[in-house]
Amino acid sequence: MMRGTHWMLAPSLAVILAAATSDVAAQEKVIAVTAERFKFTPGVIQLKVGEPVVLELTSLDRKHGFQVPDLKIDETIEPGKVTRLRIVPDKAATYDFHCSIFCGSGHEEMAGQIVVSP
Amino acid sequence: MNELKGRREFMQLLGLGGVVFASGLAGACTNILRKSGEAEDDFFFVQLSDTHWGFKGPPNPEAANTLKQAVQAVNALPIQPDFIVFTGDLTHTTDDEAERNRRMREFKAIVADLKAPVRRYMPGEHDASLDWGKAFQEHFGPTHYSFDHKGIHFAVIDNVSDPGAAIGDAQLDWLLADLKPLRPEAPIVIFTHRPLFDLAPQWDWATKDGSKAIDLLQHYKHVTVFYGHIHQEHHFKTGEIAHHAATSLIFPLPAPLSQPKRAPVPWDPAHPRRGLGFREITVDESRLVLTLKQDALEGTAAAQPAAATGS
Repeated sequence: MMRGTHWMLAPSLAVILAAATSDVAAQEKVIAVTAERFKFTPGVIQLKVGEPVVLELTSLDRKHGFQVPDLKIDETIEPGKVTRLRIVPDKAATYDFHCSIFCGSGHEEMAGQIVVSP
Repeated sequence: MNELKGRREFMQLLGLGGVVFASGLAGACTNILRKSGEAEDDFFFVQLSDTHWGFKGPPNPEAANTLKQAVQAVNALPIQPDFIVFTGDLTHTTDDEAERNRRMREFKAIVADLKAPVRRYMPGEHDASLDWGKAFQEHFGPTHYSFDHKGIHFAVIDNVSDPGAAIGDAQLDWLLADLKPLRPEAPIVIFTHRPLFDLAPQWDWATKDGSKAIDLLQHYKHVTVFYGHIHQEHHFKTGEIAHHAATSLIFPLPAPLSQPKRAPVPWDPAHPRRGLGFREITVDESRLVLTLKQDALEGTAAAQPAAATGS
């Protein structure tokens, strides 16, 4: 698998996404998130306020999307690539995410949540 | 009695069954488009949406009959519409290319029984998103186009062939060029599948670059958008543009964000066609007032069990 680093930038809402150096990333918690028809694993991503985390998004089958509308995040997950999202939650909240690339019958159920606890 | 006068009388009788909704092109003034000044009569068309031919599952155990019942119901209207528009998801998606083509052939064969002289099609994501509209175009033609009918400019916007739910710059350029000859006060009707505005992005009920289309349309004073996708009636305005979602002909979905997941409303054997139906849109003589009437499939004479075919 190609280990291309793809740092995401997004407007700050409740969660802050920012560019980071690999040195910083190496010290941060990493959560692997896989996408496959028609689910994300884990389906619920548990985070804590103020604790930076890097989501490593990969696809097990085809192109998918990872969209978190309330955070203005909408990224493509390409097979064979790793998409990295650095998140610094700044408040306790729950955010819905879903696949934003139509991937077949069952696409509508391909969703999950980011749960930020205090 | 000519057919159009009969149509007006029919519309005056509404309220006994369907829901009438006076739509967006309000503030009507007469003869705004007619250079000749000659009077024109009203007309109407019918919107069918989200028939999902090929679907099988608990949300609609009668799915093999529902489209046929809808055809019978439309054919049973006392006057036939000028045309019928299908606003996407004609078929239910499948990974199997041969099956996709088979479903589209079967769909065409069923709707060929419609009495209305003209049918207009556009894809939903179930028809087009797995092959960028290839099969759809082979069976039904272009995925975006425009036409004029009795003083109204109609344009079909494809926001599904791109699996990422985008219209795309090329099509937006086409739309800009298509609208350019029109006067700002021209009546315009847009057909599309997904909502152009952010109805509920959390449920994928949006178009990625829909705001760009709305920006183009906002230069015109009388624009109405009819769409599908959300399997229920919904009425919303962005500025002066009215957006009307239609019920489906397969299963209803819950109100936007009314529950954690957008799972279909469970099938009720006591009311197997509850929440399913189609829409009649009547355009008045001025071409600026649209009257919407919702026809429920439940309870119509045509909603009796139809002979199933192998599908």
